[in-house]
Amino acid sequence: MIPSREEMYRALEERHGKELQKKLSEAAVAVCGLGGLGSNIAVSLARAGVGELLLIDFDTVDISNLNRQQYFPEQLGLPKTEALSETLRKIAPYCNIRSAQVKLNEENAPELLADVPFICEAFDRADQKEMLVGCILEKMPEKYLVAASGMAGIGSANTIRTRRITDRLYICGDGESDSAAGLGLVSARVMVCAAHQANMIIRLIAGEFTA
Amino acid sequence: MITINGKEYELSGKTVTEVLEALGYGGQHVAVELNESIVPRAEYDKTVVYSGDHMEVVRFVGGG
Repeated sequence: MIPSREEMYRALEERHGKELQKKLSEAAVAVCGLGGLGSNIAVSLARAGVGELLLIDFDTVDISNLNRQQYFPEQLGLPKTEALSETLRKIAPYCNIRSAQVKLNEENAPELLADVPFICEAFDRADQKEMLVGCILEKMPEKYLVAASGMAGIGSANTIRTRRITDRLYICGDGESDSAAGLGLVSARVMVCAAHQANMIIRLIAGEFTA
Repeated sequence: MITINGKEYELSGKTVTEVLEALGYGGQHVAVELNESIVPRAEYDKTVVYSGDHMEVVRFVGGG
């Protein structure tokens, strides 16, 4: 037997306070890319009681994802949108989870992201990060965007930080550690960066705008 | 002097494309903010920076 919606909400209110929980439960956040960053961001936000999550990814779960992404071996081959929705429903049964199994591009992003004010860029490839960040800043300047750059390897977790670039754009990461340069992506450091992104989103929802 | 990522450079009169190349960002994946506004990629060749401008270059590396 899972707890009722009211019981879950009261437990969240006790932890986070009434005012913050109201804001979280009324918020909608899009997570673009459901890999090491996105799957961990989504889990954090679902646990925090964010009311609505929009999950976007075109890919399926692969064995190479299991070192850092929130999937299970029995989910191999499933679309990431479906596998993660399943997990999030267990974590937060009353969260409104929407998903789109699609490759985001400059043409479809404005429509897909239209009714979501907070967006996490959680792609893997640098060219895709550049595309999405550029597209959102140019075509949807009213959105709050939290992106990531630099979290590969096992360097100090203390070099990963959140920077405010404009009043709508925040970047998390060390800005340097490039997976394309041969550094592996390791669970703990990717999760540190994902947690920076999730925390910045929670701060923005709460009306806190400093990094 | 223009300020880029907190440091001062003698690059007044250059385009954003020229500034990016001068600072070693040529061919890299970036987002550029100039005086609190984002510069669209298509404008990099046409946008000129002037003394007193503040520019922020965000470089994207792989991993996620």
